[in-house]
Formats: sequence, C-alpha cells, structure tokens
Amino acid sequence: MEMSTHQQSFWNKYIFSTDHKVIGMQYSIMGIIMAGVGGFLAYIFRYNLAYPGQSIPLFGHLAPLQYNAFVTCHGMIMVFWVGMPILLSGLGNLLIPIMIGTDDMAFPTVNMLSFWIFFVSALVLLTSFFVPGGAFGGGWTMYPPFSAGGYLNRNPDFFKALFSGTSLMILAVALEFVAMLMGGINFVVTTINKRAKGMTAFRMPIVVWFLNIASLIFMFSVGPLVAGAFMLLLDNVVGTGFYDPNRGGDPILWEHLFWFFGHPEVYVLLLPALGVLAEILPVFARKPLFAYKPIIYLALVSAVLSVLVWAHHQFVSGIDPRMATFFSIGTILISIPFAGIFLSFMATLWGGSIRMTVPMMWAIGFIALFLIGGLTGLFLGSNTFDIYAHDTYFVVTHFHYTLFPDVFFGFFAAVYFWFPKFTGKTLNAALGKLHFWCTFFFFNGTWFLLFFNGLHGQHRRINDYSSFSLINMEPYMTFEKISTICAILLILSQFIFLYNLFTSLAKTKNPELTKNPWHSATLEWTADSPPPHGNFKVYPEVYRGPYEYSVPGEVDDCYAQNVPGPSFENNENL
Amino acid sequence: MSTKQQHLTLSENKIPEGRLGLWILIAGELVIFGGLIMSYLLHRLRYPQWSEMAAHTSTFIGALNTVVLLCSSYTVVRAHEAAQKLDVAKATRWMTCTVLGGLIFLIDKSVEYTHEIQEGFTFTSPSLQHSGDYVNSLFWSYYYIMTGLHSLHVIAGMVVMIIIMVQIKKGKNLHRVELAGMYWHMVDLIWIFLFPLLYIAK
Repeated sequence: MEMSTHQQSFWNKYIFSTDHKVIGMQYSIMGIIMAGVGGFLAYIFRYNLAYPGQSIPLFGHLAPLQYNAFVTCHGMIMVFWVGMPILLSGLGNLLIPIMIGTDDMAFPTVNMLSFWIFFVSALVLLTSFFVPGGAFGGGWTMYPPFSAGGYLNRNPDFFKALFSGTSLMILAVALEFVAMLMGGINFVVTTINKRAKGMTAFRMPIVVWFLNIASLIFMFSVGPLVAGAFMLLLDNVVGTGFYDPNRGGDPILWEHLFWFFGHPEVYVLLLPALGVLAEILPVFARKPLFAYKPIIYLALVSAVLSVLVWAHHQFVSGIDPRMATFFSIGTILISIPFAGIFLSFMATLWGGSIRMTVPMMWAIGFIALFLIGGLTGLFLGSNTFDIYAHDTYFVVTHFHYTLFPDVFFGFFAAVYFWFPKFTGKTLNAALGKLHFWCTFFFFNGTWFLLFFNGLHGQHRRINDYSSFSLINMEPYMTFEKISTICAILLILSQFIFLYNLFTSLAKTKNPELTKNPWHSATLEWTADSPPPHGNFKVYPEVYRGPYEYSVPGEVDDCYAQNVPGPSFENNENL
Repeated sequence: MSTKQQHLTLSENKIPEGRLGLWILIAGELVIFGGLIMSYLLHRLRYPQWSEMAAHTSTFIGALNTVVLLCSSYTVVRAHEAAQKLDVAKATRWMTCTVLGGLIFLIDKSVEYTHEIQEGFTFTSPSLQHSGDYVNSLFWSYYYIMTGLHSLHVIAGMVVMIIIMVQIKKGKNLHRVELAGMYWHMVDLIWIFLFPLLYIAK
C-alpha cells in the first residue's frame, strides 16, 4: 500500500495534518484545554458567590467588573470553545468518515483550515483578557447596549474600539462560526457522497445522522447572527446605530438574531451527544436500537421546531403576549421529539443483557441528569412561569442540568467508548468508574440545591448580595457554600480522568485487544487499531444495519455491518 | 491501491463533491443576506420616512449595475459551456468578460458612493439636510452594510475567477469554471434582491 509506507514528517502528521482522525483529536484536545480555562473561571466566581469579598486561593481578590467578565467568558468558552469543538467538530471528524466506511473527508484541506481558524479564534478570545478594559462582561448573550460600543459611542476611536474586549469577542465568535461552517460543509458532503458500497442512508449509524442534522441546523440558523455580529462590530468600531434606539435602531433586533441561532445551538450540541448514546446503549444492552427510523424522523422534526421557538428567551423583553403564547406552545411541543428519542433509548435497555461498563455508566448518567434539565425546561418554556423565574438561578441551574450532561457526560461516554479504537490503548476501567461517580455526585452537589436559590429569587448576575440590605440571602448562603465546595471537588475529580488519560497513553499499543473490545457492529471496529491514514486496508462493503445484536448462533452475538449475508434489519417490523 | 482508486468512484450519489459543497455554501450565504434583508425590511416598514432617503439613491446607476451583473452572469454561463467542451481559450475569454463585468460594477459603485458621501450620506452621520433626524441615518447604515457586503462578494468572486483562469490555463481544474459560475450567479441573485429594496422602493 502506498499510503502506509509513505513517511510523513512530524509537522505534517500531527500539526498541519489533513487526516480526519488527527483533526478530530486536535479539536477535542483544544476543547479540553478550553474546558480547563472555563472551569478555572467558574471556580473563581463560584468561590466569590459563596464567600463574597474574600481573597480567592490561586487568584486573589475579584473585582466586580472582573466577575462580570469571568461569568461572560465562562459561558462563551463552554458553549463555543468546548461544546462545539468537542461534540460537533471533534466527534464529527473522528467518526463520520470511518463510520460510513471511507478514507477521509471530502475536502481534507478545508478540514485542516477549519481547525486552524478555530485555533486562531480561541487565541483571539483569550487575548481579550489582556487588553485594556479587560474581557467583555455583558453576559454571554452580548445584548446591546452593553455590547454596542460601551454605551453607544458615536465617534469611537477605530483601533482602540477594535482592540477592546467587546470587539475581540465578536471577532472570535465570528471566526469560530467560519471554522464550524467549513467543518459542517465537509460533514454533509462527505456523508452524502463518500459512503461505502451498500451503506444506504438508513444503514448509517445514528450518530452520523445526528451529526449531520446538527451541522445543518447550525449552518441554516447561524447566518442571521453572522450578519448581526457584523452590525454589532460596526456599532462598536465605526459608530453606526443598528442597535441604538435613539437613531432608529433596535436592541431587541439583536436578541432576535442572537436567539434565532442561540436556541437551535442547544440542539446542535444535544444531537451529537444523543447520537453517542445511540451507539453505546445497543452495544452494552446487546439489543438492536429500538425504533431506528422513528428516531431519525423525530430528530428531523426537532430540527424544524428548533428554529421556531427562539423568542422564549425574550418573554421579559416586551414581547407581545400573543406571540409569547405561540412561542410557549412551540417550546413545549419540542419536548415531544426528544421524549420520543429518550423513550426509544429506554426501550433499547428494556430486557437487554446490560453490561455496566464505563461508557455505559456515562450514558445512563447522561439520561438521568438530562431528565432533570429537560423537565425544568418545560416549566421555563411556559411564559407565565418564565416571567417569574427569568434571570434567576433557576434558569442557570436548568441549563447546567442540560448542557453539563450533554457536553461532559456525552464527551466522556464517547472517550471511554472509542479511546481504544483511535489510540490502540486501553483506559483503566476502575479509574473510569471512580471518575464517573465523583463527577456524577459532585455535579449534583454543585447544582441541585441552586434550584431552590433560584426560586427564592437569586439573580444570576449579582456577585455580592451584601450590597442589597433589603434582600435577605442569608438562609441561602449555606446552599451557595455547599455548591462551591462541590464545584471545587467536581473540577478536582477531572484530574482522575487526566491521570487515567496520560498513564494510558504511556502504555504500548495493543492492536489485538483494542480492535473490537466491546463487540460492536459498526464499521469503525473493523479497521485496525489505531486506524492508519486512510482508515481501511480494503474498503468495506456494507450488507446490514448498524445495530444487529443478539443474533442467535453468532460468536460475538452480533453481525458487523460488513459481514456478508442476509440482513436481520427488523426496522420494518417495529 | 487499486481498491482505493475503485472505491473513490463508488459514491452512491453522482453529484460531484465540489458542486455539492458549493450548494451548501451558497445556502449559508443566502441565510446571512436573508438576516440582513429581514432586519432592513422590518425597520423600513416601521419608518416610512426612509423613502425620502431612498430617493437619494441613484436608480440609474443601480439599474445599470443590474444589467452589468446580468450580462456577466450570461458570460460566465458561456464560459461554463466552453469549459464543458474543453475549450480553454474560449472559457478564459468569457471569464475575462465576467471579471470585467465585476470591475464595471465596482467602478459604478464607487462613483455612486462618492456622490452619496459628498451629499453627506455616510455610514454613520445623519444627512446634513436633515440634521437632527437621527432615525434617517440608519437607512444609510443599512444601505452601506448591504451593498458593501455584496461588493465584497463581487470582489471575492472576481479573485476566484482569476485564480481559476490561471489554473485552467495550466490545463487543470476545468470543472471549477462551473463552480465559479455558480458563485457568481449567487452574487447576481443577491443583487436582484438589493436593487428593488434600496433603489426602486421610494
């Protein structure tokens, strides 16, 4: 084989690589690094909330404006520089080509560029901490007037305004969108055009479907925000008045443009993680995925609904109550497809011979925690309740109960599941279980009690309630302290994972043991461990669906997708 | 090696990858302009007095530019036709016409911008004749951002055309003529929306 004998320099192999697997790992590693930054910011302001005004270990005194900047950047980083690269780009790059049985992406060079633009965007964001005035602190949603040229300056100094925290954050987000658009085009074209022979659309693993649906949602909702960000940048550096009501502009316009993208973004992050679950649950329940086709249709329904519900973030922005009712109903409707997907996951587990491996624990933990996040979302979707709870810790706790399981439990499930395949090495299962239980326990410790703080009325943007003598937060400070201690322990327990990761990477490769350790049926497990550049020695041909488990008389009680013979696809019988 | 070569032609779908990717890119671009046009429309409906401002735009130059762009779209179709017949010289000639069309468009646009700025209609300042009426200045902000972003796309299209002309001169990537043409049609299409919104509706 020409490919395997071709020696590449270190530079071409690991840095400016066009191999989809290397790019996927670059994205994931970048996501982990940024998660470290985001986690450290969270530690600082979490500590400040429990012990306001006190000096913070490893940081020192936190000024109120710094508090704002840190909360803002924590949100930005966790959504756009952790969730997006890890779940969409990381998993998409690693999994799509190999799972559909091809050698690489349709446009490998575009793929490489996509990562490096993303890398630059992360640097631009981190730079914003060190410019005069510090990073932007007006909330991750960047509502004007806070984000529009420091109270709408009409004659800004162009360069000074360009290198302000606000402009740099807008630029960083815009660059990140470019990177993700390039990645998304690659995913969709690769999936449409480069599937292996026999890999029909309804033989693709669910994760490939979901990554593509997520990419499409992203590409078709982000456009207006790109235009809006361009307008916001001009408001900052040129002094236009797109969001200035005095000049006929409208700050609410930004809210619409932002949330028209911002709400679908939730599903951009959720669908890949649900796809990971759909791969893991059948393997460890040794059962075919329940309702394969309906799951895909449900995801498509949720994609359509997702762009019709954005104004539920604006119930207190002076929206017409009749419109608010429309958006409430839409929001509550969107729980139907996801309830359907979760129901089919439950039905997959029902009556299966369940193996409680580490990835399976993360997958089930995801379902348990996301249930709490999803159900509180139903409350908030109703405009009557949302007006009461808006901007309180109830909302913050709700979206942490959705996004934390989604991004981190989904990611760890994927790492523990696919690590053997893509590195040729194995992770320590005992440490993995310890990591899971610590994360699960301390996550709940950090967040569950804060639901009550939120219902009591604790506002999400106030760093120190001692300045508000009329509001008695004293009974709730105990919860704040418990939350902070658990948050610190939550961050510390991630070092178990890093230790496990590095000690496992130091081991020697074991291609035999890691070829198909979970007895899984999808195509990536038929390649070598780790797969070489080009993935397959002989291109696989596909004869069956991805989830043919519990087939009587088989050694592995499953048929890999490339095993010839009549298909056991029983989807039509469901 | 042979399996690999064989496989790459085994795509289930017969649409070439480049064309497929470009269609998605075009859809993405249209959504960006869609957001801008929607924002403009909602403001325009709220402020009927913007029609006074729109009266200052030059319908003649706008119409001229529309004709120029439509003609350049025709020439790029001829370039595609020639490229399909593997006639590099002819394809290059027609593409040069398209690039010239883009150039004429940009010259017209600069003449237009110059007049408007001389009249006091800039990106930010309210018109001198209507001092104090800040609301009207937003029309010009939208005018400049929409036409400006469109002109950037014209420039990008021209750069792509020139790069592809160099490539096909060396006898490679002839299929990219079609892709450049598709992109050019998109630029044309966006202008077809901008022209009535900014020039005709007065």
